[in-house]
Amino acid sequence: MKRRSWWLTALGVLFTAAMLFPVYWMINVSLTRTSDMRKSPPHLIPVDGTLEGYSAVLRQQLPYLGTSVLVALGTVIVTLALAAPAGYSLAKLRPKGGGALNFTLLIAQMIPAIVMTMGFYTVYIKLGILNSVWGLIIADSTIAVPFGVLIFTAFMSRIPDELVQAARIDGAGALRTFRSVIMPVSRNAVVTVSLFAFLWAWSDFLFANTLDSGGALQPITLGIYAYIGNNNQQWNAIMATAVVASVPAAVLLVLAQRYVAAGVTAGAVKD
Amino acid sequence: MTGDKSRAGSAERQRDGAAMPAPPRARPGRPLRPAQLRAQASAWGFIAPVVAYLVAFYAYPLYRNIDLSIRTYTVASFVTGNAPYSGLANYSRIFRSPTFSPALVNTAVFTFVSIAFQFAIGLALAVFFYRRFRLSSLLRALFLIPWLLPLLVSASTWSWMLNSDSGIVNSFLQAIGAGPVDWLTSPHWSLAAVLIANVWIGIPFNLVIMYSGLQSISTDVFEAAAIDGANGWQRFWRVTFPLLRPVSAITLLLGFIYTLKVFDIIWIMTRGGPATSSTTLAIWSYQLGFGSLLPDFSSASAVGNVLIIIAVFFALIYIRARHRLEAT
Repeated sequence: MKRRSWWLTALGVLFTAAMLFPVYWMINVSLTRTSDMRKSPPHLIPVDGTLEGYSAVLRQQLPYLGTSVLVALGTVIVTLALAAPAGYSLAKLRPKGGGALNFTLLIAQMIPAIVMTMGFYTVYIKLGILNSVWGLIIADSTIAVPFGVLIFTAFMSRIPDELVQAARIDGAGALRTFRSVIMPVSRNAVVTVSLFAFLWAWSDFLFANTLDSGGALQPITLGIYAYIGNNNQQWNAIMATAVVASVPAAVLLVLAQRYVAAGVTAGAVKD
Repeated sequence: MTGDKSRAGSAERQRDGAAMPAPPRARPGRPLRPAQLRAQASAWGFIAPVVAYLVAFYAYPLYRNIDLSIRTYTVASFVTGNAPYSGLANYSRIFRSPTFSPALVNTAVFTFVSIAFQFAIGLALAVFFYRRFRLSSLLRALFLIPWLLPLLVSASTWSWMLNSDSGIVNSFLQAIGAGPVDWLTSPHWSLAAVLIANVWIGIPFNLVIMYSGLQSISTDVFEAAAIDGANGWQRFWRVTFPLLRPVSAITLLLGFIYTLKVFDIIWIMTRGGPATSSTTLAIWSYQLGFGSLLPDFSSASAVGNVLIIIAVFFALIYIRARHRLEAT
């Protein structure tokens, strides 16, 4: 394997470079001067690069980024608060109707968000939470909650029953067991669910655009969308915002790659 | 992925029919003893929040959606709160609409072509990375990036890359002597353009799942095939591929369900146009409901419900495939 692995590595680097070319191009365009933007052929590397796109981001997009952080963190909290206890119950407490709940969650995951938007819109108008951050957090959490319950259930059913029984013998009730025994050993599941809830809420455009398009606080996806709509010429600013909006994904990939892989394969692969 | 407990639960559910709740653990037919009753109460205490949540934020919006689709809902209805009942008139209107058949055909083409390329490329890359070489795990991690980026970011990047006059793709095509293509503005190419972007986004998902599918196959099998004199090609088609079939089925079905609901990419790149050339059911539904100053929520939700029926059909096949995988 050693002797011929160099050409596999070369091929692998080539494939990866081809795959990541659009990401490179986004960064390249974000550093290109507006006057060079329509040059043909375009500069392959940012010669005479400029940071004007990024200074536009600093001037105009910071409030959007702040809202996105708020919405994403809110979605993580809502998702964990709902999904972790449910996962514990489904994995260890054998509730009647648990199978039906599992089935419902699987189906819920499959419902297109576009359909949910209209239901939410009419409900939110009535409740007066259209264009509010709270409304957006609730809507975004619907993407992550079913996934979260499935991940917690799968993870917690691998916790040995002896651990739960030992806690019970020591006199701990179900709530105490959940808090002091189950949650501390479920760190991996918490990280996986939080990570995906954060990323999905951060990336959401559809709910934001339908439920928060007139809001005072809007997420970064709407910031980019407004850019695309308004100043079609300033592509360096658009791409600079796109680069900044991609930072959480990059950070999470570096810090938590194995959790990402675990989340992607959940439900698809038996282990 | 699910443990022994829920696997047993699902087996029981299949026996009793999917819609029935799982039977109690205590011998069936007997009333629950107080201790069991207490246990059930605390078990339900933990799932009650999620159940309430599902009712409030899934079931009720969906009910509203059905309600919208069987009434004539206008902007005024939001204010006055009354919308006359119209039965299935909205449905028959959307079925007769000139947009319906292009939207249905585009949805089918977009979904099937996306899946075919994503899966084939993802599987090929999984087999490639399975050979484990220097840097392979780093490169495999980098492959995840397109899937993790916000869809809006990917869609904007592809829009600019496919721009007719200043896009890098047309520059490249011209350099090799091919004509410039109006990717986003020609009705002949718009669907292809959004397909290219969507395939790019979906490759990592297929790669990761098929890679872990490969990892779950015992290496003994490959060694045995190699000893029997099978070459690489034969080993793939006669050994690897058949063993990957259950995982493949699930990957493909999940891919179908996810691709049916793709909205962001198409909306940002083409808005479903020019005309209806890249309009899918999801895009059409959005256009009706939110795309103009005169929202037609009733038609929009009727289109949405057609989309749900298609998605749930595939979802049920998916759930069956999952049970079968867990039973093996």
